[in-house]
Amino acid sequence: MPVVRLEYRNVTMRFADAKGGEPLTAVRGVSFAVRDGEVVSLIGPTGCGKSTLLNIGSGLTAPSEGAAFIDGERVAGPNAQVAFMLQKDLLLPWRTVTENVMFGVEIQGLPVKERKRRAENLLANFKLAEFSAHYPHQLSGGMRQRVALARTLAVDPHVLLLDEPFSAVDAQTRMVLQHDLAQTLKAANKTALLITHDLAEAVTLSDRVLVMSRRPGTIIDEIAIDLQQRDSPMARRRDARFGDYVAQLMDRLDIAHVSLEDDVALERKPEPAP
Amino acid sequence: MSSDAHTVRYRRGAAASVALLILFLAAWQWGPGLLGIPSFIVPPLSSVAAEFVRAWQVYHLPLHTGVTVAEVLAGFILGSLLGALVGYLLGMSPTAELALSPYILALQIAPKVAFAPLFILWMGFTVYPKILVAVLIVFFPVMVNVLTAVRNVDPDLINLARAFKASRAQIFWRIEFPSSMPPMFAGLRIGSTLAVVGVVVGELVGGNLGLGYLLTFGEGQANTPMVFVSIVMLTLVGGVAYVAVILVERRVLHYLPARGVGHNP
Repeated sequence: MPVVRLEYRNVTMRFADAKGGEPLTAVRGVSFAVRDGEVVSLIGPTGCGKSTLLNIGSGLTAPSEGAAFIDGERVAGPNAQVAFMLQKDLLLPWRTVTENVMFGVEIQGLPVKERKRRAENLLANFKLAEFSAHYPHQLSGGMRQRVALARTLAVDPHVLLLDEPFSAVDAQTRMVLQHDLAQTLKAANKTALLITHDLAEAVTLSDRVLVMSRRPGTIIDEIAIDLQQRDSPMARRRDARFGDYVAQLMDRLDIAHVSLEDDVALERKPEPAP
Repeated sequence: MSSDAHTVRYRRGAAASVALLILFLAAWQWGPGLLGIPSFIVPPLSSVAAEFVRAWQVYHLPLHTGVTVAEVLAGFILGSLLGALVGYLLGMSPTAELALSPYILALQIAPKVAFAPLFILWMGFTVYPKILVAVLIVFFPVMVNVLTAVRNVDPDLINLARAFKASRAQIFWRIEFPSSMPPMFAGLRIGSTLAVVGVVVGELVGGNLGLGYLLTFGEGQANTPMVFVSIVMLTLVGGVAYVAVILVERRVLHYLPARGVGHNP
């Protein structure tokens, strides 16, 4: 039985309404587990609480009910086993590429030699070695996002939480970055929870895809991606069953029937009492 | 090459600037005479230059300039430090900002130079009231810019640091403090010229030292050239202060694209 790295047990998150009305339930009763070395994607409509789950997993926010567990331990705050990466690269403009990669390990207080060693290795892996002394503004969007990934990996986390990491880059760069991520995750046997809007990305990168409902977000389906070569997105995209999986996810999300009017109607509908 | 075109444009601009200066100086020298303006209204350049030499030898111009420079420096440094300190404190405590903002706003609206006579009543004809006016006037642009900068730090950046288990001090020194540098320097630039204004007003109001005093002294004697000499010297002091801030800014903010052009590999 493989080890469970990341687990959500009956997580519910309510936010106080700004106007003092009924609290807004963003996520309700979410339970799932991610095993060691597994990559799980979370898809769902905008505002279904995907990012809230990520914040809970990284210990930045505490859930209203339930809890997240990392390596069987209840998440009570930020911890060294988890690192997250967002759509924004969050690079510090006054730091060079190397210094940005070392940001996390520097805060965690690793010896300078070890910090440098890790940064150099990662930058070499991501073919960024020649840019190590550059500043972020001198890099392209794709390179910046790769530096952000290197910074995330530098702390050597057990679990990576990725919130739409590639949605701000162009389609071609995205494919290259997906390839880099897939290779890295496989090679280092990292566990990852990937939030994405891109159904093809979910199928390309993950072992399983969890589908969330609209707010209040719950998990309505789980689809195992039974394709080979998780470390090779290109090979997966060429697989004949790739399109079927994407279509299946599309059906589950009911994308064909959602309209903007629906969204507005949903916003106005009062939340049922908890 | 576009960099050549850039150089050519730069040289043309510089040449035109120098030509304008020569034109201006010539107009100053011969314009009043041609237009029949008496020399006690607008003294020609040559008599201002002669007055400069006389002021240097007879009226201790170097001493007065030195006193003004020292006051500007003291006022600017103290005002900036105080402004930055309060800016960071208020930036990190929304409650404190909420409680103090009406008073800060009132003090910001009050014309700071109007405090000069009051400070002289309190501290006499010393350098201190002049420095204090400068402190007060430099304080606000620096404080407001630092406060806004700290408030506008991307919360995701703070979360990133928190996720790495950064302490409050680490978040400040590694994120908030460096983030506030560009706006702080914008405030320091404004402050460097305002410091001169504060000091001069203080010197105008009372005392017997500094370029502001020389200004009123010249006025009292109907010595227009001396008034001009003082104005020119004050402009020089402000200009040097401004350029000094920019030079430091270039060093500190070398990583910014617009400023770092010459340093990029």
